[in-house]
Amino acid sequence: MGPLAGATLQGLAQGSMIALIALGYTMVYGVLGLINFAHGEVFMAAAFAGQIVLVGGAGYLPAPLAFAFALAAALAAALAVGLAVERGAYRPLLERPPGPGPRPSPLVTALAMSVLLQNVAVVAFGTRPRSYPQLDLPTQPLIVAAALAAMLALQATLARTWLGKAMRATAADAEAARLVGLRAPRVVAFTFALGSALAALGAVLYCLDQSQAYPTMGAALGTRAFAAAVLGGIGSVPGAVLGGLLLGLVGEWSKLTDYAGGQDVLSFAALVVVLLVRPTGLLGRRREEKV
Amino acid sequence: MAGEGLSRRGFAFGAAALGAAGCGPPPRGDTGPGGELRVGAYLSLSGEEAQFGIDTREGIDLATGEANAAGGVRGRRLVVVYADDKTDPYETAQKVRMLIDREGVLALLGEVASGRSRVGGLVANQRKVPMITPSSTDARVTRGRPYVFRACFTSEAQASAAAAFVARSLGRRKAALLYAAQDPYSSGLAAAFRKAALALSLPLVAEKGFQKGEKNFRTYLNQLAAAGPDVVYAPLYYTDMVPVARQARAAGLPGSLFFGCDAWDAEDLLRDAGAELEGALFTNHYALDVPWESSTRFVAAYRRRFGREPSGIAAQGYDAARLLYDAIVRAEPLDREGLRGAIAATRGFGGATGAISIDDERNAQKAVLVVAVRGGRFRFHAAAPGA
Repeated sequence: MGPLAGATLQGLAQGSMIALIALGYTMVYGVLGLINFAHGEVFMAAAFAGQIVLVGGAGYLPAPLAFAFALAAALAAALAVGLAVERGAYRPLLERPPGPGPRPSPLVTALAMSVLLQNVAVVAFGTRPRSYPQLDLPTQPLIVAAALAAMLALQATLARTWLGKAMRATAADAEAARLVGLRAPRVVAFTFALGSALAALGAVLYCLDQSQAYPTMGAALGTRAFAAAVLGGIGSVPGAVLGGLLLGLVGEWSKLTDYAGGQDVLSFAALVVVLLVRPTGLLGRRREEKV
Repeated sequence: MAGEGLSRRGFAFGAAALGAAGCGPPPRGDTGPGGELRVGAYLSLSGEEAQFGIDTREGIDLATGEANAAGGVRGRRLVVVYADDKTDPYETAQKVRMLIDREGVLALLGEVASGRSRVGGLVANQRKVPMITPSSTDARVTRGRPYVFRACFTSEAQASAAAAFVARSLGRRKAALLYAAQDPYSSGLAAAFRKAALALSLPLVAEKGFQKGEKNFRTYLNQLAAAGPDVVYAPLYYTDMVPVARQARAAGLPGSLFFGCDAWDAEDLLRDAGAELEGALFTNHYALDVPWESSTRFVAAYRRRFGREPSGIAAQGYDAARLLYDAIVRAEPLDREGLRGAIAATRGFGGATGAISIDDERNAQKAVLVVAVRGGRFRFHAAAPGA
């Protein structure tokens, strides 16, 4: 495999992980119009949960089984953190009736949750990176396959299930959805759960590939994932996937150049160019069906 | 409006008065209560790099305990006032000012990280307080600052020793380079290595700088492997070296090709990538099993007191403190000016990390050790001649 082919495969793997996280940003934005900055920390919590289970079970279990257990633990941690953030930091503010005085922006609590969760992780796990045990798995094809499967499952959920339809309805027009009897809190909680589950999958795959969990990892990858969601058109599900893959590939290809040290400069320059030409992102549309 | 202006002026006046009281002629460290000699140490005792600060403090404590047990320095007891800079440059400036103004220390020890040593050194130099950094290797820490010294070698000395060792002692002819582009420590070592390799006519066949924070090194490693190097110089922190070592194996670069730097010196590297890096070498200040008498004595004393093996950082803290106490004995007169002269005049001081001489640039001239990763442990390999 030549360097270009290797970088392309790596870029697809990297891009699918970015896409898995970007989906969480884009779905929450679609339903609530809120950028959930604590989403990166959900990813981080899942990575630590997976690491703890893998370290505990690595010696006894065969690789696929250990992977399955780690994934389950990561999923549980991500759901717990994701739903707790929604319950504790966003819902009280969104439910507050518009009264006199300025309405506290959920965006501020989102940033606060991000900082809080990072520091909780520093206290709980320390700042030194924790290494993942190495499982004997073909990580890169596994990442691409798993991410693809997850995205198809997400597409089916949104298209076929009742809750998926409710999500799309809320995204299209929250007020109308409420008037026809959809319970918004339930739809919002489901959206967070879905996003957190995808982040958990991304976290375990990321760590198997790149081997370390550390408290600021959510911020590091979350920035790219957020950029991917914006690049693809925030609120659009296929857009998030496309944006993630593009950022992954551009990032890996830029490593082949002499400007490898400025990888994010190149990725974000691409983002700026796209937004100048298409302010709504690649697949974003103004006030149409979102989620 | 008028009222507000008035109160603001009143505040400014109050602040000026406070400033005058706080920053007036500072009390001198040699007139501390009870005839004690007070020395300040600012370290990252909490926060991200707490381990560095704690290890340094243990080394300093060991040196101070030994000096006091032997009757103190010039017949006076030594007291080290510790200040926690919380791994934060802003906090560092505050704590160094506090040590100088409020605690009135005679001299300062600190920091490990070059970034914070530069901040602390700036304040110390302005206030004309002698400072010794135990482990900061960045050239700019001491450059142009007559009151700031270091007890370790510089990045330049380390990288050129590495290049000379690779070219002469190992006889390698095709070097590759992997470094963190935005990190001054890593890219500084890379630049010094590049320069030294050119002077030694050691060809660099491939070179990759990566973005700090990157954990996915496969594309870089594939490119390096494609150039077929017989040594890969990787001046990286151990936190980056773990994924590099693990991913290198898949790219067809065995761990024994890698040559690293003093930031490799961490138990975590052995635990997480010891097997992958079997046979790798790196330059360091110190090794547990270095066959020097001053080192073995230090290791034994440290084990007795703390019940575990000392890290290289602890050894450097010990050396910096002992070098300072040695200079206090020789200082004439015993004030900050006299002490500065005495530190500058240090020649052939027998430290746990080897013989130290302070040169005209206030840097330590000393041997650079080459340490091997062998059997899951760090082993003394050779002493590379200091540059």
